[in-house]
Amino acid sequence: MTTQAVEKYHNDFLKEVEKNVEMGHMVKMCMQCGVCSGSCPLGPAWEHPPQEIFMMIRAGKRDEVLTSDSMWMCTSCYNCIVRCPRELPITHIMHGLANYAHRLGIAPKQNPTRRFAQMFWKNITSTGRVNELKLSVGLYFMDGIASGIKKGLEMLPVGLGLMKTKRLDPMGMVSGHGCKGRADIQKMIKKATEIEDKRKGYAA
Amino acid sequence: MAEVVATNETILVVGGGISGMTAALEAAECGKNVVLIEKNPSLGGRVSQLYRYFPKLCHPTCGLEINLKRLRGNKRIRVLTLAEVAKVEGKSGDYSVTVNIKPRYVNENCTACGACGEAVSAEIPNPFNYNLSKIKAAYLPNAMAYPQRFVLDASIIGTPEADKAKAACKYNAIDLDQKEEILTIKAGAVVWATGWKPYDAAKIQPYGYDRIANVITSVEFERLADPHGPTGGKLLRPSDGKEAKNVAFIQCAGSRDRNHLKHCSRICCMASLKQTNYVTEKYGDEGQSSIYYIDIRAIDRFEDFYQKVRANKTVKFIKSKVANITEDKATGNPVLHGVDTEGYHRYDNAHDLVVLAVGMEPNVDAGKIMPGGVVADVSGFIDINSTTEAVFGAGCASNALDVNRAVQSATAASLRAIQVVNRVSRAEV
Repeated sequence: MTTQAVEKYHNDFLKEVEKNVEMGHMVKMCMQCGVCSGSCPLGPAWEHPPQEIFMMIRAGKRDEVLTSDSMWMCTSCYNCIVRCPRELPITHIMHGLANYAHRLGIAPKQNPTRRFAQMFWKNITSTGRVNELKLSVGLYFMDGIASGIKKGLEMLPVGLGLMKTKRLDPMGMVSGHGCKGRADIQKMIKKATEIEDKRKGYAA
Repeated sequence: MAEVVATNETILVVGGGISGMTAALEAAECGKNVVLIEKNPSLGGRVSQLYRYFPKLCHPTCGLEINLKRLRGNKRIRVLTLAEVAKVEGKSGDYSVTVNIKPRYVNENCTACGACGEAVSAEIPNPFNYNLSKIKAAYLPNAMAYPQRFVLDASIIGTPEADKAKAACKYNAIDLDQKEEILTIKAGAVVWATGWKPYDAAKIQPYGYDRIANVITSVEFERLADPHGPTGGKLLRPSDGKEAKNVAFIQCAGSRDRNHLKHCSRICCMASLKQTNYVTEKYGDEGQSSIYYIDIRAIDRFEDFYQKVRANKTVKFIKSKVANITEDKATGNPVLHGVDTEGYHRYDNAHDLVVLAVGMEPNVDAGKIMPGGVVADVSGFIDINSTTEAVFGAGCASNALDVNRAVQSATAASLRAIQVVNRVSRAEV
């Protein structure tokens, strides 16, 4: 009984964040002035602005934070970092939280930022180079064929313009467009993932 | 011209604001000889530019007048105005201080009759009003100026304007041939009381002090409220001269911010709380003050003052560091944007006038006074604990302090200096 009562006040989540989230050790430095939330250009789209996320971490609200889609709204504009009077790397912490939630498998499954990030990762790691055409087409068709065609038609004039000025190669859909040491890059990424998994204690 | 008798039993006080005056008086009243030097043409410093003090809300003229009376009656203090220290050399008990004295172009004959000011037509920005108004180029620095003597601004020297001033003077007080002088003053100990300056608000880019007319600083607001100020004591905003009835105060404008001043300036919370009284004083219930803050630091016994302001229905407290300010072009109203910490509500609040409670920065970087011997802290104030020379920081040269604490600190510095010159005089007996 006593242990339970103590457990309740044990802020394990702050410690967990400090240990596992990029720049997590800086969370405790926040003094709740709120300049980050006010400075975020996407602020109104966040359910919990950064300042509230920091407070929730300190209050031990693990599930609310990690399943939230708020930190996925960050576009890395760095306005918050520039203005933070305590120089907290807010952008890094937001991406760190998103990444951590994703690795734990509890990030919101349908969050478009997360899905795009996955597509991007798959795209770049498969050949060692980003294939922009495949990436954008993949993005259009993310929500099914019908909406993909609709979005594709909407973007058609832009696509044609890019083709005319040789900024887009239609052959990209079929060509490899990769780098030379593709196999080596994949080996490196595999090794790096292993090291990270081991260090952060994710199941191998 | 300026003859100064000083020995290594003399205490040199640098800076003639409230701290320097206090240090000089305390030492002189203990029987020590003091040379008090001041950069400006008049003593009084930033305290003389305040409308009211906190927490008693009395006028600074009162406290200054008492000090000036003590000063006039004391033969042991030699006051040099328009004087600035160039170099401090020597060691504890035996310093030589090089002092540059700028010409005033007005001698001791001046009776402050004002005839020169009337004769001259050229105008200069008035530093006493933080350049919010203009003043004639032959001027009395302020109503309470000590010495009560006019000054000719260097910009009119060599022009017909200066000749006009000279012709108008009935007392042969204008001396256009005065030149800059360099003096070397001996001293056993130095009290360094060079005070503070308001942090440059234009550096806080998101607040638009350099772009939005109706964003001003707390020291400027102090001048607006003062009957001797540029608006005759009316709270008129700069853009259109309209009465500012809905005033926002932004705390920590520069302070507690690693991008600006690392330290808490300690006085700004009380200054803004005090200034909400100015709004109430002018407009009663029609006035509206909003304080945007991170946390209110009304230190020790000032809690009572804070609670009184809290009880005032026309004062709102918003716990939030404002993210940025934009200007409503149609009305000229500054609009404050941010998110408050109590509930995380997003706001876009328009006000008539915004007052930035700017932080305190030391006037002189302490590291440059006597490199090695006088040590600066992280913000450039004199670090009393690490300083090995007998150069004692007093008032805001040593820390961000309110008037009360500055005076305490000046008395402490004076006592330290007295101990040094006592040691010197014992050694010579």
